[in-house]
Amino acid sequence: MGAIVFVAGAGAITGIGNNVPECLAALTEGKTGIDSIKYLPTNHRGSLPACEVKLSNGELAAMSGFLPSASRNAMLSAVAAKEALDDSDIKSIPGLRIGFVSATTVGGMDKTEKFVADFLPDHTKGRLRDLIYHECGNITAMVAEKLCIKSYVSTISTACSSSANAIMYGARLIKHNVLDAVIAGGTDALTKFTLNGFNTLMILDEQYCQPFDENRRGLNLGEGAAYVVLVSERVAFLLKTPPYCSITGYCNVNDAYHQTASSPEGNGPYWAMTGALEMGGLQPSDIGYINLHGTGTQNNDSSEGMAIQRLFHPNYPKLSSTKSFTGHTLGASAGVEAVFSALAIKRGIVYPNLRLQTPMEEFSFVPETGFSKYPGLKHVMSNSVGFGGNCSSLIFSKI
Amino acid sequence: MKTYIRSTANISPQATFNTPMFLGEVTEYHDNRLTCIEPDYNEIISPKLNRRMSRLIKMSAASALTCLKKAGITSPDAIITGTAYGCLEDTGTFLTNLIEQNEEPLSPTAFVQSTHNTAGAQIALLIKCNYYNNTFASGGASFENTLLDAMMFLAEKKQTANVLVGGMDEITDASHTILSRAGLYKRNPVSNVSLFNTSSKGTVNGEGAAFFLLTNTPSENNLAYIEAVTTFYKPADIAETAEQIECFLSEQSLNASDIDLLVMGNNGDAKQDKIYTQLQQVLFDEVAAVKYKNLCGEYPTSTAFAMWMATNIINTNSIPAMLYHSGNVNEKINRVLIYNHYQNIYHSLILVSAC
Amino acid sequence: MDKLIADLKVQIATQLKIKNVKPEDIGDDEPLFGVGLGFDSLDVLELIVLLRQKYKLKVSNAEDGQKVFRSVKSIAEYITANQVQNT
Repeated sequence: MGAIVFVAGAGAITGIGNNVPECLAALTEGKTGIDSIKYLPTNHRGSLPACEVKLSNGELAAMSGFLPSASRNAMLSAVAAKEALDDSDIKSIPGLRIGFVSATTVGGMDKTEKFVADFLPDHTKGRLRDLIYHECGNITAMVAEKLCIKSYVSTISTACSSSANAIMYGARLIKHNVLDAVIAGGTDALTKFTLNGFNTLMILDEQYCQPFDENRRGLNLGEGAAYVVLVSERVAFLLKTPPYCSITGYCNVNDAYHQTASSPEGNGPYWAMTGALEMGGLQPSDIGYINLHGTGTQNNDSSEGMAIQRLFHPNYPKLSSTKSFTGHTLGASAGVEAVFSALAIKRGIVYPNLRLQTPMEEFSFVPETGFSKYPGLKHVMSNSVGFGGNCSSLIFSKI
Repeated sequence: MKTYIRSTANISPQATFNTPMFLGEVTEYHDNRLTCIEPDYNEIISPKLNRRMSRLIKMSAASALTCLKKAGITSPDAIITGTAYGCLEDTGTFLTNLIEQNEEPLSPTAFVQSTHNTAGAQIALLIKCNYYNNTFASGGASFENTLLDAMMFLAEKKQTANVLVGGMDEITDASHTILSRAGLYKRNPVSNVSLFNTSSKGTVNGEGAAFFLLTNTPSENNLAYIEAVTTFYKPADIAETAEQIECFLSEQSLNASDIDLLVMGNNGDAKQDKIYTQLQQVLFDEVAAVKYKNLCGEYPTSTAFAMWMATNIINTNSIPAMLYHSGNVNEKINRVLIYNHYQNIYHSLILVSAC
Repeated sequence: MDKLIADLKVQIATQLKIKNVKPEDIGDDEPLFGVGLGFDSLDVLELIVLLRQKYKLKVSNAEDGQKVFRSVKSIAEYITANQVQNT
């Protein structure tokens, strides 16, 4: 079984950029993509901010090759996956066994919402064609066809940790020599379903979110898609461009505390981080930067913060939540943050935690407030925490 | 390192849960809709804990807990679930509320329980399992993905390890209406008992929740082992399908004649079932074969039912009289190959063998 | 107040899907959280929805909810106090 997996390509589309260079520019310049809702037809326009991708479905259709009537989620996925694939150049190597592991929580819910509105008053109504996107697996399959990938096409759905688990599963397939390369990550478009769902949980911020701030009020939802291309060591050597980094550790655990809340002691995130370090043969002091899950909710930031304090005190790495830029992109979030983490390692950079005014009093660490260069950055950790207690942690390392 | 099946539990449209006899009598349905025979959940999960659970979650939790009990395991090292449709009931409830109440105010429980990982998460919560937890939602390959993930997970462990895997999907009134409108089912409802006697378009709807406790450690208590699993997608024609199957077998240094029993996913749809007939002629001429979807109906994770059935066939070394089968069965059933396709899109192969 | 308490018990039992205890057997002062019926944070949110749908009362955050929903009686008192204000 191979020991290390490399990141050979990256693709992303979020509310701060339609591709990786645009996202990176926004991160460097401290420009958030959170704004009032413009694209989603919802009654909450004007009262709830979100971080939408700044493109209409028509524009996304042109970029993705899907019809404008297709699911927005499929379009986002296709755009990011194609960017990642092209970036990696793995298609230039003949005979590679390539897979696609995508994560999503909503599937084609944007189209299902339209169908159900017609179906409810009259069960003979509603366009059945809108439902071909409904299943999570269908979105993945449609995008795989666009990428000309037929084998080892899988969909993972574990709420907000989905993409992290997709990346782990992809790494596992390579390590077991089932595949040579895997495009792994996730996608979630903003939908009325999720916007109203989180609103009913009373964890949305009516202002721009402030992760890890003492006076934080909740999260802002975002949307997007992001993928990394994972390759084996053998393939990494064959590629013309050196990989971004390697993935040296990962861990998936379950907090098993409550359906929607993390344990106050932060057990889930603590075990995930510890497990990832153990796999990589690393110590907490080896981590130079943590990309926090940092949604901005009372519960998450307390719980995750407690886990970090338990593991790293008194020597904390730099930390920040990039959800202050992109909002919480749910099933795509770990994929987005994996791309940001890979870039952080490749370029030796650390991102700020925007809008931090008052650090949390219960902790002695303070997230980064500015963008900075960190030439000696060797290991970046990326955390994800989801409904159902699913907690995951990934470690990206300099080659 | 092999992947053994230590125990299994199955809630299905047949009397398969906590019954001493393996497939004694067929439960008959006449309306294109095979719904699960459900136990009294209060006997398995405390009422305080199960009150919020939807039907699919109760079925999954009951099946999972029973599977663990049979294996004598309180907490496995991983829980991996596969579901194509996810939690349809709660998704439907939240969507209905959303539209009828024009986006306010709405039941948070339905939203929280609509995520695909709810079954796996609830099981973890019930048994306080803090280990690896994953959910696949890969359409007709969802259950097969759980098996592959589990097999790789077990192979990585140097010591004894166990993984609880399950495949589950449910029918709701809305989903049945919609899939019926899409033309999936028989225009004139037939009895599931005579599903394979009709030669017409359409199948019957089904559902189920089947769980397996897999382990990397040999034991006389193991029921069978999973030799290999694979999936392939939209093969161009029967030749490509046959090639995939031959390739799969040769990777295990086997050929078709090494298979003692073929479990086929015929669903009663004349066009879709042609594939199985052609494959039998081309590859499995001499091999005994059984079908199973007359018992559980058609749904994306039906291979979980098939694997439950294959496991029991191997363990009892017998084929229940009520199973529709062809060909002469060998005295010792060592190798059972499950071949299924879901709408000719997702094709899968699971090879289950005697220990 | 007695009718309100009786109605609330039925509404709570329905909204929170309580099957093992009859609505009339829920004590007026019985703690809803922790021990007793063992409700949790998700149930707080369901009760907030109930108050809004049936009584047109808004509880603005989940923390306030914990205080209001101590028992059926405390909920009835909250409704009575706030509905008077609304009229």
